[in-house]
Amino acid sequence: MRVLKEICRQPAALFGLAVILLVLVAALGAPLFAPFDPDEQMFDGLTLEGAPMPPGGQFALGTDTLGRDLLSRMLFGARTSLIIGLVANGIAVTIGLFVGITAGYLRGWAGNLMMRFTDLMMAFPALLLAIVLAALLKPSLWIVAMVIALVNWVQVARIVYTETRGLVERDFILAERSLGAGHGRILFLHILPHLVPTAIVWGTLGIATTVLLEATLSFLGIGVQPPDPSWGNIIFESQSYFQAAPWLVFFPAPSSC
Amino acid sequence: MLSLLVKRLIQSVLILFGVAAVTFVLLYALPADPARMLAGRSATAQTVANIRHELGLDQPLTVQFVHYVGGLVQGDLGRSYTQKTEVATLIAARLPATLTLMAAGILLEVLFGVVLGSIAALNRGGVIDRTVMMSAFIGVSAPQFVVALLLLYVFAATLGWFPMSGYGTAAHVVLPAVTLGLLGAGWYARMVRSAMIDVLNQDYVRTARAKGLSGARVILRHVLPNAVLPIIAMIGIDIGQFMGGVVVVEAVYGWPGIGQLAWQAIQQVDIPIIMGVTLTSALAIIAGNLFADLVAPVIDPRIRSN
Repeated sequence: MRVLKEICRQPAALFGLAVILLVLVAALGAPLFAPFDPDEQMFDGLTLEGAPMPPGGQFALGTDTLGRDLLSRMLFGARTSLIIGLVANGIAVTIGLFVGITAGYLRGWAGNLMMRFTDLMMAFPALLLAIVLAALLKPSLWIVAMVIALVNWVQVARIVYTETRGLVERDFILAERSLGAGHGRILFLHILPHLVPTAIVWGTLGIATTVLLEATLSFLGIGVQPPDPSWGNIIFESQSYFQAAPWLVFFPAPSSC
Repeated sequence: MLSLLVKRLIQSVLILFGVAAVTFVLLYALPADPARMLAGRSATAQTVANIRHELGLDQPLTVQFVHYVGGLVQGDLGRSYTQKTEVATLIAARLPATLTLMAAGILLEVLFGVVLGSIAALNRGGVIDRTVMMSAFIGVSAPQFVVALLLLYVFAATLGWFPMSGYGTAAHVVLPAVTLGLLGAGWYARMVRSAMIDVLNQDYVRTARAKGLSGARVILRHVLPNAVLPIIAMIGIDIGQFMGGVVVVEAVYGWPGIGQLAWQAIQQVDIPIIMGVTLTSALAIIAGNLFADLVAPVIDPRIRSN
């Protein structure tokens, strides 16, 4: 409840929450709301010249180049984008947490080695790496999610590492250790709970970047493959006709809380 | 200071070496086969094997890597599979275009960001502040390609003020640079705003005001210089980001830069070029961070003394 009140006091956060809810509803209720099948190429979906139908009339947002209903495609596209956002980001945060905690807890040469590797990954041009991976592997929804996760875990690892380093030095860990607690107990019962807020913040913040990255990959034609709709490949396919995009503002609330 | 520089340089070389190793392993572990790609669809197994031998791809991975690094330390990035040219030459030919775009983009985002961020900070809490921060919010969360297409549609296709795509004249730079500038400006505006609000609350600003200095003079001489540090850090990061991250903008605007080179190479599985571009980008990222770390003490004496 406290969180809700806090959010309501900030208009930006409220707005963010509203956008998230809207997308969530659109994604979950896609089969209910969508007036047409997203993959069906409608007989009357194109003008006589074969151009897409403009918005209005039977098709609320018009049709795309193949005569498919744009509204339906966008609703189903929300699903794809959201699945990728959640899966990719979930994996990224998990890897980041694991590497960060282990390196921060072990310290010594093993921890050092892990963090040097993280530094190395930071020097990598992330977008380029994602494009190379996505293009050379056969693209599919899951591959795209994996690729994004592989690129995005680095920042999480860095932050978790710093926090763990700080936690390990604290007195309660020392106390726990002198009571004879094992590594597993210390890690999972005493350090991990302290990292939950960080994980949540990154988990939600990261969804936005993930969705953006997915859209970028799909836009380049190496993300989610047609006929599966995603917000990125919808734009990619209708580039020449260009529909204005109402989903620009997609940034979760926690960033402003 | 000097020992720090040397230490950082050695670190940088090691990181670069690491990036080369990881990319190398990654590229060869992927299922794409450059020899088959080059040979074409109807090639016999013999032809593919010949090409593979010719490119040295039939040797063990370690041998190939040692060979590659051997060339690398001599400044040799290898030869492109498809274009039969030195990769270094290809990259050098594309570099001016990307650097132009990078410079123009960074200039614009700093300009937009500093102006908007300052205005927001000076009107803190007001309608102007909220409007600016809301726009910054949109700028930060909008996908690059959407903004690029939007600008293209309005200013090139509809109004016809700027050319659709290409490279060469000053008019060609405007739209791609504005795309990068608009998107980046959001980050800068947020940062400048918070840095300036910080500085505005300092005692020395009150003193400057109390001395009777004009508002503009206080802002320009006392507030801005003290708020500039995070901007330098951001520019450092952007130098790296833009080198490897302008693939999309270059693709939309047909800008013949490094990103486009990489994009073509990726589609043809031209591994030497992919390696070369990745290394160039990594070098830019490292150089950008180094730049930020080295410039900071020069402009801020507080850091120097530590």
